[in-house]
Amino acid sequence: MWDHEIKAMASSHALIASSLFLATVVPAVLVQGFSVYGTHLLWLYSVSGTVSLVNISVFWLLGVSPPTKKHSLGYKLSRLFRSCIYFLLSCLFYHTVVVLYGAPLIESALETFSLAVLLTSLTTLRCLCVLGPNVQAWIRVFSRHGAMSVWDTSLQITVACTVVGAWVGAFPIPLDWDRPWQVWPVSCSLGSVIGFLTGLVAAPAWIHYHRKQLTYKCK
Amino acid sequence: MKVRSSVFASFILIFEVIGVALFLRGFFPVPVKSSFSSKSKLSDQPAEPLTGGSHNSSRPPQPLFKRVVLMLVDALREDFVFGPNGRKYMPYTRHLVERGSTHSFVAKARAPTVTMPRIKALTTGSIPGFIDVVMNLNSPALLEDNLIWQAKTAGKRIVFYGDDTWVRLFPKHFMEYDGTTSFFVSDYTEVDNNVTRHLDSTLKRDDWDILILHYLGLDHIGHVSGPYSSPIQPKLLEMDDILKKIHGSLISKEAEGSLPYLLVLCGDHGMSETGSHGGSSEPEVNTPLVLLSPAFRRKVGMEQPGVVEQVDLTPTLALGLGLPISQNSVGRVIPGVLEESPLRDQLRFLHLNGHQLSCLLRDSIPEHEKVSGFEQFRVAEKSHGSWVKLYLEGNTSEVLTNMGKKVLKQYLEALAAMSSALSKQLGKYDMYSMIAGMVFVFQVSRLLVVLLLAMPEALSGAAEVDLPVLPALLSLPFYLLCLLLASVHVLVCTSAESSCYFCSLSWGLVFAAVAFSSAMFCILVSMATRRLPLGPKIPGKSPSRSSGSEWALSELDVLLLAGTAGHTFSLAASSFVEEEHQTWYFLLNTLCLAVFQDVCRKYFRERSTSGDEEEHLLPSKDCHPSVHPQAEVCSERWLALATPPLTLACCRLLRSLNQTGVQWAHLPDMGHWLNSSEHKMVLSLLAALSLTLIYFLIQRRCSWVSKIALALGLLGVYSYRAAVGNVLFPWQHAGRNVSKGTVEARFVYVFVLGILFTGTKDLLRSQIITADARLKSRGLWEIYSGLVLLVSLLFRAHNLPVLCCCLLIQTLMAQFIWKKLHYDAAQTTIMHYWFGQAFFYFQGNSNNIGTVDISVGFVGLESYVEAPAIFLTALSTYAGPLLWACHLICYLSSETDRSPVAVGHGCYCLALLRSVPAAAYIVLVTVLRYHLFIWSVFSPKLLYESMHTLLTAGVCLFFSTMEQSHSSSKS
Repeated sequence: MWDHEIKAMASSHALIASSLFLATVVPAVLVQGFSVYGTHLLWLYSVSGTVSLVNISVFWLLGVSPPTKKHSLGYKLSRLFRSCIYFLLSCLFYHTVVVLYGAPLIESALETFSLAVLLTSLTTLRCLCVLGPNVQAWIRVFSRHGAMSVWDTSLQITVACTVVGAWVGAFPIPLDWDRPWQVWPVSCSLGSVIGFLTGLVAAPAWIHYHRKQLTYKCK
Repeated sequence: MKVRSSVFASFILIFEVIGVALFLRGFFPVPVKSSFSSKSKLSDQPAEPLTGGSHNSSRPPQPLFKRVVLMLVDALREDFVFGPNGRKYMPYTRHLVERGSTHSFVAKARAPTVTMPRIKALTTGSIPGFIDVVMNLNSPALLEDNLIWQAKTAGKRIVFYGDDTWVRLFPKHFMEYDGTTSFFVSDYTEVDNNVTRHLDSTLKRDDWDILILHYLGLDHIGHVSGPYSSPIQPKLLEMDDILKKIHGSLISKEAEGSLPYLLVLCGDHGMSETGSHGGSSEPEVNTPLVLLSPAFRRKVGMEQPGVVEQVDLTPTLALGLGLPISQNSVGRVIPGVLEESPLRDQLRFLHLNGHQLSCLLRDSIPEHEKVSGFEQFRVAEKSHGSWVKLYLEGNTSEVLTNMGKKVLKQYLEALAAMSSALSKQLGKYDMYSMIAGMVFVFQVSRLLVVLLLAMPEALSGAAEVDLPVLPALLSLPFYLLCLLLASVHVLVCTSAESSCYFCSLSWGLVFAAVAFSSAMFCILVSMATRRLPLGPKIPGKSPSRSSGSEWALSELDVLLLAGTAGHTFSLAASSFVEEEHQTWYFLLNTLCLAVFQDVCRKYFRERSTSGDEEEHLLPSKDCHPSVHPQAEVCSERWLALATPPLTLACCRLLRSLNQTGVQWAHLPDMGHWLNSSEHKMVLSLLAALSLTLIYFLIQRRCSWVSKIALALGLLGVYSYRAAVGNVLFPWQHAGRNVSKGTVEARFVYVFVLGILFTGTKDLLRSQIITADARLKSRGLWEIYSGLVLLVSLLFRAHNLPVLCCCLLIQTLMAQFIWKKLHYDAAQTTIMHYWFGQAFFYFQGNSNNIGTVDISVGFVGLESYVEAPAIFLTALSTYAGPLLWACHLICYLSSETDRSPVAVGHGCYCLALLRSVPAAAYIVLVTVLRYHLFIWSVFSPKLLYESMHTLLTAGVCLFFSTMEQSHSSSKS
């Protein structure tokens, strides 16, 4: 049963990763003058949009999210609405954190917010897909020994990798090399995307190698 | 031998400070200087020596040249002109070198081969070191005696085109100038066109005496693509054409009967095989020097160019133009240039040069009598006198010529000896002292680390360190090592002719150092062998909070260790040194977020689950004797949750208060905005608010006497700021004149001393009479508040919020985070250290000497008095780290009921935190000593590091006395 889940996870992660590559390559072919550094914001939006779409569809098809008790349309709509609110709040949260880290407050607000959107679509959106708009579940998953399924573990790993990637991505900014990827927020967004990809690869691998030790408490 | 870990740590730090001092002495050679501001004058020149004659003319001989054109090509390598490719690169120059009336030399530049020091060397004739940079801190202009100043004083008209470093070094010296910035390295045509475009019109005119051209293009090509790239040849051809043009124009202007011209082609430094410069490899050091003048003999073929020092050009030019040689010049005149003038003039020139060198020698080397050149010069001067006597008597025989030749030879030998004795002192690292200091520092800091690895008990339980001193002292390796080191010392000091500071120390001191370091080595080895078999079980050097059984690291521990290590490694990159504040802000932010996560975890887990293992680890309300009512717990929780975000917000605000560093230093910041005159009202309100807040934050643990003193003192601070004119009094008249505020500042000093006195009194009382822990913590807090009051006086008005936020964060963190989350002494110490570092930069400091606020040294003083000025400046510069360290003492010693050895642990950790980066940085600087930015980036940082180590040693001593009193009061 575990092998089945790991396989499903690996394939879904491969799908997401390939969609990331497509989001980089396809606009480069279609759009005149598109490049990762030059038109960075465009690339950023294309990546976050694609990742969100693929994430939502993959998890909807897989049906990982906890079964809801009610099936009424109103309830689903309210869940959708709450998810949107959470998405926005998470964007604002990331924006605040990035500003606290020293990003200019007013000057390049658009760039900072785009980074926040990217981080949200790489992390929060996955949480929303897997756990639903349920704060208690989030707190549970992100506290120590809180994972209750393989998907929770993978969520922990990818989110941590993305955030750490963005964090590490800020290192080269003070260097005086005058490279195009040192411009705000290129290195951070590249770092977070690379961290996300690493997380996508690492999560199934880690779970695979630790499947003997992993025991999940039932709810 | 058992030693308490705090005492041990402070001793180690003191030894480290000694090692750092030794290293610094080796790293920064003492400059050879007569004085900084005095200049040599024409009237001070010595008379021509004459035996028997009472007075002789002190008139210098006729100048040799009327006009001088100095064409300086940045990064011109010697082989670009003299090498096998020279004929292809610079055909006209090569032709002149081989067939023209020229002298050509290979001029050796000294490290650092960077443009600015090289220009200084060329104009002053001295070899500038880093100390010069420190000495004339605030003025970019060259204040030393130099050729350009002498020429201007003598009424020569100077025209300059080229690198604007010259314009900054010599403001108002040039009759006409156009500086080009070397900002865009990738531009190598425009920089040179900007110089050449003036050339035609200038060469046509007759209203100048000295023309200086500095071409940057070649250097830029070297940096971008190296010395063998394709743009090199066209650039050198362009330079060749320019030389041809200047030469042609000079020849056409040449008039019969007047003095000849001199055209000098030289490079300031070479370039390495990769195209960069700064180091001391052969291709970087060797530059061509071509002197062109019709006064010289015509060459008949290519000769091997002679080797001279770059600084030799300075006295040559000075004598050639009839100017006094600048005082600090260590160069000797190039004899070939004088060749064609009459023998009497030649001897006179050499005498002038020799006199200047002997004066410099007398001023700079204490045992100058021992320098062989000094005596040789005396002898030569005497025979010169008798030669002049014979000459004036009209003797024209062969004997006179032969005698004159002999005097000339004597002079040249004396000059060479004196010049080399002088330059040996300069511009060179004293490697032996550096290595000795480095070994010292490295050993002590390694001792700390090994101790931690091998002996976890240093940070647990007893906080005592068991040092196997006696067995180490009695062991054979100790004596062998002593013998070995002593023999190495004797060998180095007797063999090398270099003067080295460590050798000039007395033998007793050196032997003590040798014995100490070998003893330390033996202790280290014996401890390592004794303990390391147990060691590998311990992952990392972490003082983990879970005592004993479990060594699992929490995320916070990982962050603290990784951050400390990462910061140490980041010092290897010059940009990270320049922008070190970014590193600390970044780490601090991450730390706050991690703490926030810990807090959230604690309070949310508590609510949602029960009976978890976290509960066992963190017994939340055990230490409180009474059970709080529910509402209080709730509010406390929310306050605890709000503390990290509040800290983050404070840090973000402070960060925008002062922009420091290099890359973003030009951006507007709040400090500038507040200091502009139209926002004086806002600044006054802010200062008043901050002072009020400071009072409320600090007064709660003071005795009532100190409370009153504190309030009055803070009022005094405000009135001092108002008197100096920074802030407004509400009742102030508009036209009140600005005073120095001496009275107000002294008023505050009285209260500072008073508070410190009460604090000390309390401390002594608690220690000797009553052994009361509460009294002791109050005394400590009073000392701390006295320090805060002093700092608030010294801080500029716009920096008072920094102090205020510092106190706010300390209060909140101590109340809700450190106590409640049960962080142990090591964790708390690391957090304090990080905060201290960040606050060092929040208050506007950077790793650049220029940001030290020297005006602080004058607060409350009528005039400059050295000792208090240095003390006040150091205190205000290091206020951030110092306040946090003091708070650490207060916090840890008030926590003694929880862990009685917390103070010892904190002291040990603090020493470790300071000594490891310092040791690593010293090794780094030694490795990078030929780096391009060694003088501009790494050396100032080295000074900051050593000063910080010294301060930390003081704090650690204070720590250990505190612990002493604690243990004595317990027993």
